[in-house]
Amino acid sequence: MSPPRRRDRESLVRPYLITGGRAHPTRNTLDLTTLIQATRHADPALLSPEQRRTLRLCSGGSLSIAEIAAHLELPASVTRVIVADLVDEGHLATLSTEWQQHGPDRELLQEVLDGLRALR
Amino acid sequence: MGSEPSGEVYLPDSVRTAVKVLVVGPFAVGKSTFVDTLSEIEPLHTEETMTRDGAVVDDLHGITDKTTTTVALDFGRRTLSDRVVLYMFGTPGQQRFLSMWEDLAHGALGALVLADVARLEESFDVISVLEERGLPYGVAINDFSSVDIPSHEELREAFDLLPEIPLVTCDARDRSGTARAMISLVEHVLASPFQHAQESA
Repeated sequence: MSPPRRRDRESLVRPYLITGGRAHPTRNTLDLTTLIQATRHADPALLSPEQRRTLRLCSGGSLSIAEIAAHLELPASVTRVIVADLVDEGHLATLSTEWQQHGPDRELLQEVLDGLRALR
Repeated sequence: MGSEPSGEVYLPDSVRTAVKVLVVGPFAVGKSTFVDTLSEIEPLHTEETMTRDGAVVDDLHGITDKTTTTVALDFGRRTLSDRVVLYMFGTPGQQRFLSMWEDLAHGALGALVLADVARLEESFDVISVLEERGLPYGVAINDFSSVDIPSHEELREAFDLLPEIPLVTCDARDRSGTARAMISLVEHVLASPFQHAQESA
């Protein structure tokens, strides 16, 4: 048995094109659940097609890296590179994920718990 | 390529904090169903490229390398308050995937181990790894089958669970049951003094 394989999609064979040849994201703090928000309008002429698609998606509201990857049908690793570049350029911003460095505090856990209890 | 999502795809503007829980377990135990039941969005999937020893690959050179592999992830989301959203990642728990999902555990509140009474032993490895990592976890028995479920005492003994580890029985298709399973995990995290940050800096 081999691990599950992605269905053959064209996007997988050209990650270099998608990321403009970039091999690493410029920041290593982008988790799958890092929340991303559009900040300012960008000149489409200066952007790659994948960057444009990412900005267009993000201009509708906040999403996590995992959701951006899923909606754009790109691997999460490629999505991180694209988003990191757009954050560097000031077109996207990451929302606070400070607790992920030190662990969640009691207040946050209680809020999660209250939200779950309201679902029952 | 992907169609443009409609409005309810996005998080409320006030949400500032995301928390992550892994839903782990063997093949066909009901992970996707569980996530689907609690999710407010259509379940999504993406993939992580990882090395055999478990590191997430940021280097795109690695994508074609034989030492890397791709793991498909199903996930869902539930907004829990004005500012907090929960992401749930269904993650394979078989032996060959263990090193790969370990990296996903980074920054996670904890993991819910989904188990099937007919093949409890398939969830043993994943519990050992969670204990080694020190990631808080709870066990949820998916009772979708008509098999008689052993008593909680027998199940605790089979899993060799410490008394404080939550064990619940739920139907992965039932919202209040899945919510209860998630609640038991978060209550456990809250009760574990070293699993979260100190009250004051």
